[in-house]
Amino acid sequence: MSTIPSTALEIAAAVRSGALSAREVLDDHLARIDAQDGEINAFNLVMTEEARAAAAAVDARVAAGEDPGPLAGVPLALKDNLCTRGIPTTCSSRILEGWRPPYDATVVQRVNAAGAVSIGKTNLDEFAMGSSTENSAFGPTRNPRDIGRVPGGSSGGSAAAVAAGFAPISLGSDTGGSIRQPAALCGVVGVKPTYGMVSRYGLIAFASSLDQIGPFSTTVADSALLLEAIAGYDGRDSTSIDAPAPSLLESLGRGVDGLRIGLVTELMGEGIAPDVAARVRQAADALTAAGAQVGEVSVPAAAYGLSAYYLIAPAEASSNLARYDGVRYGMRVDAPTTAEMNAATRTAGFGEEVKRRIMLGTYALSAGYYDAYYGKALKVRTLIVRDFEKAYADFDLLLTPTSPTTAFKFGDKTADPLSMYLNDICTIPTNLAGHPAMSVPFGGGSDGMPVGVQLLAPALGESTMFRAAAVLEAAAPALDEVWS
Amino acid sequence: MSARLTRDNVAKVADLARLNLSEAELERYTEQLGAVLDHAEDVASLDLDGVPPTAHPLPLVNVLRDDVIVEGVDRDEVLSQAPSVEDRRFRVPAILGEEP
Amino acid sequence: MTLTHEPIEGEHFVVVSETTGASWEIVVGLEVHCELATVTKLFCGCPNMFGDEPNTNVCPVCLGLPGSLPVLNHNVVELAMRLGRALHCSVEPSVFARKNYFYPDMPKDYQVTQFDRPINADGWLDLPDGTRVGIERAHIEEDTGKNTHAGGSGRIHGADYSLVDYNRAGVPLVEIVGRPHIRHPEQAKTYIDELRAILLTTGASDAKMEEGSLRVDANVSVRLVGDNELGTRCEVKNLNSLRSLGRAIEYEARRQVDLLETGERIKQETRHWDEGAGRTRAGRSKEEAEDYRYFQEPDLVPLAPSAEWIAAIDAAMPPLPAARRDALALAAGIAVTETSVVIAVQRDLDQLALATIAAGGDGKRVLTHVEHNLSGDGAVDLNPATFAQLVTLELGGQLTATQAKTVLAEMVTSGRAPDVIAAELGFEAMDSSELEGIVDGLIAESPEEWADFCTGDEKKRGKLQGFFTGKIMKATKGQADGKAVAAILESRRAESL
Repeated sequence: MSTIPSTALEIAAAVRSGALSAREVLDDHLARIDAQDGEINAFNLVMTEEARAAAAAVDARVAAGEDPGPLAGVPLALKDNLCTRGIPTTCSSRILEGWRPPYDATVVQRVNAAGAVSIGKTNLDEFAMGSSTENSAFGPTRNPRDIGRVPGGSSGGSAAAVAAGFAPISLGSDTGGSIRQPAALCGVVGVKPTYGMVSRYGLIAFASSLDQIGPFSTTVADSALLLEAIAGYDGRDSTSIDAPAPSLLESLGRGVDGLRIGLVTELMGEGIAPDVAARVRQAADALTAAGAQVGEVSVPAAAYGLSAYYLIAPAEASSNLARYDGVRYGMRVDAPTTAEMNAATRTAGFGEEVKRRIMLGTYALSAGYYDAYYGKALKVRTLIVRDFEKAYADFDLLLTPTSPTTAFKFGDKTADPLSMYLNDICTIPTNLAGHPAMSVPFGGGSDGMPVGVQLLAPALGESTMFRAAAVLEAAAPALDEVWS
Repeated sequence: MSARLTRDNVAKVADLARLNLSEAELERYTEQLGAVLDHAEDVASLDLDGVPPTAHPLPLVNVLRDDVIVEGVDRDEVLSQAPSVEDRRFRVPAILGEEP
Repeated sequence: MTLTHEPIEGEHFVVVSETTGASWEIVVGLEVHCELATVTKLFCGCPNMFGDEPNTNVCPVCLGLPGSLPVLNHNVVELAMRLGRALHCSVEPSVFARKNYFYPDMPKDYQVTQFDRPINADGWLDLPDGTRVGIERAHIEEDTGKNTHAGGSGRIHGADYSLVDYNRAGVPLVEIVGRPHIRHPEQAKTYIDELRAILLTTGASDAKMEEGSLRVDANVSVRLVGDNELGTRCEVKNLNSLRSLGRAIEYEARRQVDLLETGERIKQETRHWDEGAGRTRAGRSKEEAEDYRYFQEPDLVPLAPSAEWIAAIDAAMPPLPAARRDALALAAGIAVTETSVVIAVQRDLDQLALATIAAGGDGKRVLTHVEHNLSGDGAVDLNPATFAQLVTLELGGQLTATQAKTVLAEMVTSGRAPDVIAAELGFEAMDSSELEGIVDGLIAESPEEWADFCTGDEKKRGKLQGFFTGKIMKATKGQADGKAVAAILESRRAESL
């Protein structure tokens, strides 16, 4: 039986004190991956050699009496759209199969400097476009709670890796819910920080004004620990907030006494499964019991979020993905002329959902349609920002479901793209506004699958948000507790 | 308020995006994209006169860096990842058409 | 403020049709791209250097590698604003935009540029001839890499394949869009000269057409003289020198006149100048116009230079060519359009000229010397007081023009005073009776030639004047004043008739 603790905080403490070696922690996790990832398929690549070298380096520093960092020896999984120098980074797409970036993403540099042991690159919906990881070119990832169901997406691999115990923490990216939704479906904690809090340098872009990198973990404290390690100003990202990382762990236990928390009306109605809604109300009760004032609040523009998102995100994506043209890196399908080569390469290299969004985005930006689609979507974005501002005048935090349903079965939503897009109605508005939000596991649905509840905060409100998350974590029912 | 997305629209867009689509794909994508755009009609039909666009969630301006040299990448490391290289340059097939 | 263009009286380059006799006017608007003289590129810390080994000045950002992000270079904004203010533009809050199209020299398959909100807008540039050319905008954008074409003639058509070097990708450019206020090919060349002078003066660019740090495209249209509507224009590219610019404008104007006079319409298109053949050719025609799908660049934030920054740029602005010409013309008491004024400023010798005039030198004479005798190095270090002294000696008759030229050259080399040099070289004023004596002696020596000179026709006289003048110069070791000699010969001839 493993004596390795299950949380990052505990592992780091044990490694720093010398009670455990980074090597044995790593071996333990590698063994689990070896035993179970064949079925789960959380990883595109397990970085055995590199992880061993990193663990050895941590152990050497401990032996030398040096501080190995706050994540010392903690195995950490990286979503495969984060650049890792010399290590294949594919975005789960054929078009980047085998590509080895010549540089590390800023977050990768930071977790390495903090002593983490990067254990592998995790599976995702191709180029982060999807809500189920079924769009990966390398096969889907399975939900560790029920392998017949999806883990959510697009960061399905990172969520599943943590849920399956392959690593206590992982990093994902969130553009319309791609951290929070898989966190909810897999029963783990997932956080999307304030836009600009975590550097995007080295995150392979999907939608630049929406993308953010964030943590997955089994505990709220671990996400706080990881977010502290990666957040803060980076001069290589022009959209990086000029402030150091927030201090989150320290205030985690302060509770919610006196905090005003609003249930968002538009996101508790039709479109949300009754068992999910029930858990959210139960969470609201738990917050009340802990001293918060819970009320209801309307964020009307949130209802338009999906439409605005499915114009803005594909538009930016269509431009961000133009560079995959077979010229400088990645796949190339030869042809007599460059233009034909570009088309042949992209046609063979991109999957269907990616092509769909590229075309949707190209159309939304094209001459004659810009004003009607993309232009209008940017105005809706303004309305959403304003409605949130009004809501935050009266409330400190907002509460919603994370996902409208629990994890669905494979193939359930692949026939109709729109049905898949509807998974994101609760998560999208915060990406459009640039606000932070996180999903906290809170019991199970009527099918026994995890339910996540979502906390939302105004920009730079992470500290308050984490406090409420800690309260919910303590009050959360067991997964198999039946709802009466 | 906008006409339904046509097969010709999609064909033109695919061309702009350097994607080759089969007839069947053209049909399918026209149908699917049309459905998404229909759903987005709720946005298209809003009266948003006087509402300024938000291109960006952050209120940042004037982010600048100093004009100093920073080490780049190793040329060989980059070229080693290229599909085709000749004479330390990236090789591509014949380019028809001039730079716009 | 609306800018109007006043046509210059009589200076139109008017194309008079041989077939119909109609007078056509050329209308030219120039688009100029200049590479800014920064140390590093627009969005990354790679060196902004010309001529290095291919793909050595690259990084994830300028290669557009997945995950890379741009960060704007402070010095680009500084130089762009200097250039904008030198062109009398107003500096506006601006944003960046993506211009989306596929081309292998574009690492991201979009170019970051400025579209609907450029940093500099609504300025002008005054030409030496007095024309004011409106500047619509001067915006910041990134340069592309370079393609070289293999197989075929080295040109893109017929090439088997191409090779791409991204050293130039991401180099900062300012695109200056001039309004269609230029009316003839020479004026276009002058505009470029003037712009180049401004770029050099402000330090914004080294503006070398041959190195590609200054690129010119010309929008050319024609219309009947007196017509106020603009004709359909064609954009002419591949102009690699001022000479090409002038030739191409003239060719294109004539081509359009010919077409219009045969009843055809001008097709709005891009044409390429073929220097070897001396003509423009239509570019490969595309089915439809390219749709660039401009949208605001989400990886960059807006730019709003502070009033303090703009004020600092204005305060530090060095005197610009137009203002320098004005000051010099005023001091010299001659027209600002005089060639000598233009050249003095072009050679950076206006300060010297002004100081020399202030020290008492005659303005017109000073500028004549600058124009004809001071084109080399070292001229700028001339002592104005001694230069003034030289001019005074010359105008006082103590030195001939030729002698003054020689003394001046020696002054540039040695820095010594003109009277000292003149004495050393034995240049003394030859007094007139001495000169007359020498002339009479030579006349006596060559009686036959003298008779021919006195009685011969104009042609013969001219030839023999040269004969006598040569002998006189030899006898006086070049110290005789040419004009004085001619006067004496003429007067002797008159006496003999």
